[in-house]
Amino acid sequence: MLKALQTLGSYMILMGKTFTRPERMRMFFKQYTKELSQLGVNSIGIVLLISFFIGAVICIQIKLNIQSPWMPRFVTGYTTREIMLLEFSSSIMCLILAGKVGSNIASELGTMRVTQQIDALEIMGVNSANFLILPKITALVTMIPVLVTFSIFAGIIGAYATAWFGQIINQEDLTYGLQYSFKEWFIWCGIIKSLFFAFIISSVSSYFGYTVEGGSIEVGKASTNAVVCSSVLILFSDLFLTQLLTK
Amino acid sequence: MIELKSLCKSFEEKDVLEDINAVFQNGITNLIIGQSGSGKTVLMKCIVGLLTPEKGEILYDGRNFLNMTKKEKIALRREMGMIFQSAALFDSMTVLENVMFPLDMFSNDTVRNRIKRAQFCLDRVNLIEAQQKYPGEISGGMQKRVAIARAIALNPQYLFCDEPNSGLDPKTSLVIDELIHGITTEYNMTTIINTHDMNSVIGIGDEILFIHNGHKEWQGTKSDIFTSSDEKLNNFVFASELFRKVKDVEIQNIEG
Repeated sequence: MLKALQTLGSYMILMGKTFTRPERMRMFFKQYTKELSQLGVNSIGIVLLISFFIGAVICIQIKLNIQSPWMPRFVTGYTTREIMLLEFSSSIMCLILAGKVGSNIASELGTMRVTQQIDALEIMGVNSANFLILPKITALVTMIPVLVTFSIFAGIIGAYATAWFGQIINQEDLTYGLQYSFKEWFIWCGIIKSLFFAFIISSVSSYFGYTVEGGSIEVGKASTNAVVCSSVLILFSDLFLTQLLTK
Repeated sequence: MIELKSLCKSFEEKDVLEDINAVFQNGITNLIIGQSGSGKTVLMKCIVGLLTPEKGEILYDGRNFLNMTKKEKIALRREMGMIFQSAALFDSMTVLENVMFPLDMFSNDTVRNRIKRAQFCLDRVNLIEAQQKYPGEISGGMQKRVAIARAIALNPQYLFCDEPNSGLDPKTSLVIDELIHGITTEYNMTTIINTHDMNSVIGIGDEILFIHNGHKEWQGTKSDIFTSSDEKLNNFVFASELFRKVKDVEIQNIEG
């Protein structure tokens, strides 16, 4: 309990150091652009791939296991859409990103720490937390709505693929289901939740990477801890945010 | 000039540095020597502010570093350059970008002038041809030279080197030593070097501070080292047969 409080305290102190005005805006934007590409653009491929297949699989599962003569034919499309919008494209996608982006951030900062690159920044009089972590947090928070949107579209295309190539469902029924009782707010719910999750992934992973002490084994441990801790926090916050946003 | 007064540092009740008093003059190379685990690196980290000592004073030309505000410390740090044991170059940047980094952060000069200054520093360490390479593509000795170029980019008044020769062959070590010595006299900097390389001690040790188990054991010049009767110093410096022979020759020269 005491250790958890100490960790929370040092996380808050690190965030205090991070959220200050950058010393040089041109250097901040240079780093920010680099992180947009590294954390966001480089994740588009995996987001599209996973979302496409999950969209297709959800559609097949619902069609084969849930749909019955007693249910309307649009239920498959309707359920696929609701699952993609409300949970998969925000929460589950962010859990996947916690693995990819979180370990990337923690190992990058951890390596910089053990090879004294962070010490070098401090000696120069640079606020290393602000210079290294702030661009990562802002870049991921900026890119996450784009990734969520891409994920939703890829999931729906995946569902259509089951109709086009698998002939599992009728395309008209799927389209009707996808459009049935559509609530625009659900898209915003996904995006709002993902903004919180993006902050959790980037800040928690940065904390674990930045505070590494030791060598390569510790960097590996920090990377694992970053993914585990981010995932648990995403699941907990998902619980509260879902209740808050869908009331 | 950097002055240390009664500096003490401990980790979890283990005293690592006890009552260190020393003066490091500008324009000469000041060496801190001692066995591994004697407290050299902790002392250097205290001087540059990476660690905070429990007691004592660190005076940079009369300005007490430990009493400074955060803003004053940041301003002072811009007068410092440091070369780390591992060179600590930024992997994601080219050699030129690494040297330009302090200029990009703190200089209001135009891009053209910043590039010009970075290229001048790289030329000073004979690495102008490697400016577009990444740190991973150059040798350890070249990385150290890039670190020197980065350290002097902002014309620092104080230069700190933590074991600059570790992992380098004797010839490259000599090049690095001569570079640091040359830059120190050329720019009249206060240079402190942490080392346990005896070639550096005999080559560029204008002033030497010997640390033993966290205590200041001895201080003197490279010529004093041959005539010193301090047993711990002699055991450390002249541990090898080669250096014992060098000592004998030097003593004969002095007596002759």
